[in-house]
Amino acid sequence: MQKMMRKIKSRLYRWRSLPPAGLFRTPAAKTASGTWLIALFLTLAATVFAQDIVTWINGAGGKPALAVIDFRGSGSQQLMSAFNSTLFNDLQGSGLFDMKSKSLFPLNNPQRPEDLRPEDGGQGFALPDWAGAPVNASHLVFGYTAAQNGALVLYGNVYDTRQQNVQSAQLFSQRYSGSLDEAGAIHAAHEFANDIIMKFGGSASLLGSRIYYVSKHTNAKKEAVGEIMVMDWDGNNQKQLTRLNSLSIMPAISADGSRLAFTSYAKGTPRIMMLDTLTGRSLPFYNQEASLNANASFTPDGKQIYYASSAAGLPQIYTSSIDGQGFRRVSHRDAVESEPKVNPKNPNLLLFTSGPRSEQIYQMNSEGVGVERVTNGEGEASNPAWNPDGVHFAFAWTSGYAKGDFNIFVMDIGSHQYVQLTHGEGKNENPSWAPDGRHLVFASTRKGKSQIYTMLADGSQVKALTTQGDNETPVWGVK
Amino acid sequence: MTKYPYFLLNKPLRNKAVLTLAMVMVLMASACSKKTPIPPPPPPAPAPAANTNGNTNAGRPVVADFSVEPSSVERGQTAVLRWNVTGATNVAIDNGIGTVEGTGNRRVVPAATTTYTLTAGNASGETTRSATVTVTSPVPPPPPARNNSGSRGTLESRVQSDLRDALYDYDSNNVRDDARAALTADADALKRIFADFPTATVNVEGHCDERGSAEYNLGLGDRRATSARDFLVQLGIPADKLKTISYGKERPVCTESDESCWQRNRRAHFSVGQ
Repeated sequence: MQKMMRKIKSRLYRWRSLPPAGLFRTPAAKTASGTWLIALFLTLAATVFAQDIVTWINGAGGKPALAVIDFRGSGSQQLMSAFNSTLFNDLQGSGLFDMKSKSLFPLNNPQRPEDLRPEDGGQGFALPDWAGAPVNASHLVFGYTAAQNGALVLYGNVYDTRQQNVQSAQLFSQRYSGSLDEAGAIHAAHEFANDIIMKFGGSASLLGSRIYYVSKHTNAKKEAVGEIMVMDWDGNNQKQLTRLNSLSIMPAISADGSRLAFTSYAKGTPRIMMLDTLTGRSLPFYNQEASLNANASFTPDGKQIYYASSAAGLPQIYTSSIDGQGFRRVSHRDAVESEPKVNPKNPNLLLFTSGPRSEQIYQMNSEGVGVERVTNGEGEASNPAWNPDGVHFAFAWTSGYAKGDFNIFVMDIGSHQYVQLTHGEGKNENPSWAPDGRHLVFASTRKGKSQIYTMLADGSQVKALTTQGDNETPVWGVK
Repeated sequence: MTKYPYFLLNKPLRNKAVLTLAMVMVLMASACSKKTPIPPPPPPAPAPAANTNGNTNAGRPVVADFSVEPSSVERGQTAVLRWNVTGATNVAIDNGIGTVEGTGNRRVVPAATTTYTLTAGNASGETTRSATVTVTSPVPPPPPARNNSGSRGTLESRVQSDLRDALYDYDSNNVRDDARAALTADADALKRIFADFPTATVNVEGHCDERGSAEYNLGLGDRRATSARDFLVQLGIPADKLKTISYGKERPVCTESDESCWQRNRRAHFSVGQ
């Protein structure tokens, strides 16, 4: 535990002292004042962060390359076309894999683990046949189905083709069953695909996750109002959460998905309101005496919130317990500050946005010390959103575009390397990561009014979740 | 993808366009040739008999003079009509004057600009002449002072009509010269409003254009509202009468994406307090 704390501290130390893009120039200056141990941790930390952002975006070390053979059926062959297309589409749709073309596969494929040739020689298919050209797969997905006692049984296997030893090559083998009809075959394919996706740290965890957002309209008094909405991760089941007939904006969701904080004009000035997401009931929250209390966000443990308040005149970052009590000011800067976002892995590291002349993303610790600009000063940068890994964050930036024309970018907090995900199709703002850390939800005006979209971390597979009305500022919750 | 020259890519399309144009022209040409001719306009009406001898005025009365002096008066003042007609058996002036002698004058006090028509007749026909007297309104007296209790209006209408927005530069809460002028006038207006409505409070709203992030603009709008409020307090408006509210970019006054609309939205605006 102590060791871990020290590691976190050393990381913070490094973060604070690091000039932008100076990843490999760090340790020298620090070792002089620090101890041996700190130097060691610095080196470790540097190694952790040395991964190239593009590599990360494309999946660590490149995406797993899957060779998914066409499964055959024993007494169930008539169902296999539906089965094979479902399995392939599920795996491809996850965005996690480089799906290898079936036309490159050898004519004959294994169906059972015992069809594979052991390392010490003998009969069977050799895994390296799929690892090498022309297939170049890192993993082989194979198996078969059979009609057994009036039910469909699926035997599915995933093997790492780069392992010499067949035993150690086995990632997993699993038996599934379903009804002996097309629906049963499709069901079995979904289950098998989900298990594979989960095995690769994938998006199976999106199931059950929900997206909170704001729907804007004009009320009877011709005033612009906003209500907080919620929908399933795929855009289904859109429901209204607030009915305040005023501006309810800028939602934030706790890490466990149980609480929603937002900014409400129900009492005139912008104030923070807290909701129980399960019951929809309002929870007590003490707002400071101020013209503005807004932009709340939760700490990873869900026990505290950070927010912006004008209690001392200029909007600055404050923190308090979950009910608003015990507040304290965190930062002291002569500029408007907003959007405090605590690192999910390190509660002592915050991102926030601040002026004075052009909005940029800054970092600091939870005492407001070590304030340092993270974005390079170009254009306007806003909406920082941490990836669950605590290393990367998505944000909206106008760099390279006109004022106000935001695009979504992802940056590595260690190296300050960044990748652009959207490219000028309307304004693209308020990115928020899915619990799987690979999907993003964001708002875009690419089709006119602002709507909610999801995409993969590499900017591909953009999907519209809303198409009607005016919807903005989405946040992705685990439930 | 290899880029081909535009005209190459679109050659089939271009051919089609040329063909279509040709067809349209053929259609138009045939349409014109088949069109039935427009019927000629109706013939002119036959000339009156008097015109046929070429001397239409022969034998009619002669109006040597019909005038009004002065030709322009203020409302309530007098003008004089003068006329001199020869060869008439009957002379009359409209607008309530009636039959008159062949030569004469008449004082008139028209309420509004009036055209008097004199009609002189005999056996050969009638001759008419007109004279117009323009009536101007006197300059109205200055209106009563605004804080006259009879014309104060509602608090809402006063806040809406008497107070001007203070405008700001992009990403700035600096009170510009034009904003100073607006706020200085607003301070006077606010003093009158608070004199008429002693319990009223007024909101100073801070607004932003659509460009920065919504979150940052909420803070910027707060600064704008505060800078306007502070300026008004310096001019003697009690601070507890003014409440600042930032709307960021949530309630724009216009939604066009151009500088004139952006400028209108970068403002401190006033509304009635709760």
